Amino acid sequence: MRGFLLTLAVVALYVLHQDFWFWRDGTLVFGVMPIGLFYHALYCVASAVLMWALVTFAWPSDLDDLANPEPGQQPTTSHQQPL
Amino acid sequence: MIAALIVFAYLATVLYIGIFAFRKYERKAGAEEFFVAGRSLGPAVFLLSLFGTNMTAFTILGSAGHAFGNGILTFGLMASASAFVIPLCLFLFGTRIWALGRRFGFITPVQMFRDRWQCGHIGTVIFVLQAALLVPYIIIGVMGGGATIAAISGGAVPYWIGGAIVAIVVMSYVFLGGMRGTAFVNAFQTVLFLSFGVAAILFIGYRSGGFDGAMARIAASPDAWLLTRERVSPWYFFAYTLIPLSTIAFPHISIFCLTARRMREFKRTIILYPICILAIWLPCVYLGVAANGLRDVPAIEQKLEARAALASPDTPAEDREALRAQARGDDVVIVLLEHYAPIWLAGLLGAGIMAAVMASDSQILALSTMFTEDVFTYYGGTERFGERTQVATGRAFVVLVTAVAYLLAIQAPQSIFDLAVQYAFTGYAALVPLLVGALFWRRSTKWGALAVALWTAGLVIGVAVFQSVVPAPPPGQTVAVWTVGGVDILARGATGTSIFGLLPVVTAVIGSALLMWVVSLVTPPPQREVVARYFAEA
Repeated sequence: MRGFLLTLAVVALYVLHQDFWFWRDGTLVFGVMPIGLFYHALYCVASAVLMWALVTFAWPSDLDDLANPEPGQQPTTSHQQPL
Repeated sequence: MIAALIVFAYLATVLYIGIFAFRKYERKAGAEEFFVAGRSLGPAVFLLSLFGTNMTAFTILGSAGHAFGNGILTFGLMASASAFVIPLCLFLFGTRIWALGRRFGFITPVQMFRDRWQCGHIGTVIFVLQAALLVPYIIIGVMGGGATIAAISGGAVPYWIGGAIVAIVVMSYVFLGGMRGTAFVNAFQTVLFLSFGVAAILFIGYRSGGFDGAMARIAASPDAWLLTRERVSPWYFFAYTLIPLSTIAFPHISIFCLTARRMREFKRTIILYPICILAIWLPCVYLGVAANGLRDVPAIEQKLEARAALASPDTPAEDREALRAQARGDDVVIVLLEHYAPIWLAGLLGAGIMAAVMASDSQILALSTMFTEDVFTYYGGTERFGERTQVATGRAFVVLVTAVAYLLAIQAPQSIFDLAVQYAFTGYAALVPLLVGALFWRRSTKWGALAVALWTAGLVIGVAVFQSVVPAPPPGQTVAVWTVGGVDILARGATGTSIFGLLPVVTAVIGSALLMWVVSLVTPPPQREVVARYFAEA
């Protein structure tokens, strides 16, 4: 369920980048910031919040085990000699 | 001249940092230390350096210039899309690249591809493609350095000497400090240009009497469209969100992912990356837009007059090229600083601009790392001559790449490399299915990888040839070259090529993904024991 919600949030934020509702709107927020620019500045903050959620609730801890295997389990690779 | 002196002091500091890193870690001087900083960078340096590695001259100068001519569109197109896509890619791909690098000792992406798909020469094909797409960046970096020093010194230091100074400084700290020196310098540069944006906007805003007047003037003028995105289609805007995918496929970024001490160093980087993007891009884009309302600056007024003349149908065709050059906004931040900031501050901010311009260090090191690991070591050099020779080869390659880049930078027209960089983004984005296949799909095969590499090379070369054969139409017009059933399949616009009405990156990425999928399914599956090393349950 958690994975589903986070995936949904990722898709939703990607879709929200396409803010067609502010496309032709030149309103100045606080008299200095065009609303389209203001929206995308907030979008960056929303991205940071989503990244926090991903890092907090979906961190791939299993990769730490992959990176640091038990002694004696270090496998060999073939990337350093021609095949 | 004071500004130029401050910039030279900055260059000396950068050189010192690189040499300091060399001295401190000289005793450990093995290949892993030189190429990936011994996989030991902590969270702060990792964040600042990764961010700095991905910032170029375009971030400060080009973004403001683009916003000057295109308005607020620039931020949504290039900054906020990156603020979402890049940290997501670091989360999905960067952490896996780090884990596999730590476990199997990989230093380059090609090493991983070779092992994952048990392919030798296909890996060499991918190496050649990655290297070819990287070279234009290095050349553009040297060009930007030369042009910036020439501009800041008021022409006292000519372009070719400025380029040589930047090339020698970059080469020295990359040569001596390797990845650690480059990472420390990048971290220092990131702090500088993050401060730059805030300082520039505060000073210009204060000295110009506030931005509300400038914005109100734009809103009341015929250029009010700069405050909206009404001049581009939502499809164009959407297609651009695929461009930041290229970041994780850049060799200098994927190699940098291997430098983290622990996987948790990624956490803060992933969370704070969008905020760093906001902090550097918002001031630059805002200044670029606001400049359109600061008509009391003579140089800005001249640019706006040139733009108005370009828009007039009565302007003769022979005058248009010169007017276009005059209307360009690449120097708009420097113009505003010269007008509004005191000279010592302009110098400090000039150093911030230099910090962004000198982003070619990571690319030079990445190219050297790739050549040393993917060619020299792979074809037996390290086994025959030892690790010391391997590192010496890497250093010699740094000198060679820098020298060639400098010679090309002072002789060839910049437009060629601008074009190459433009389509290098498309090329690297099209290589992302290689990472998806290698890291997430057990059934992916080396033949699928080869198909992706050949498709990417073919598409990038095809677009480059197309653009050199079909001349660009005037701004706002599109010439359809291949139409089927009323649908424009291939068209040439003023700024580039479109395929099915979209940026080539869409076709490139979808084509790559389909080829990886289809070709992998129709070719023999990879060896079970190899797959088992990459996927726990296999």
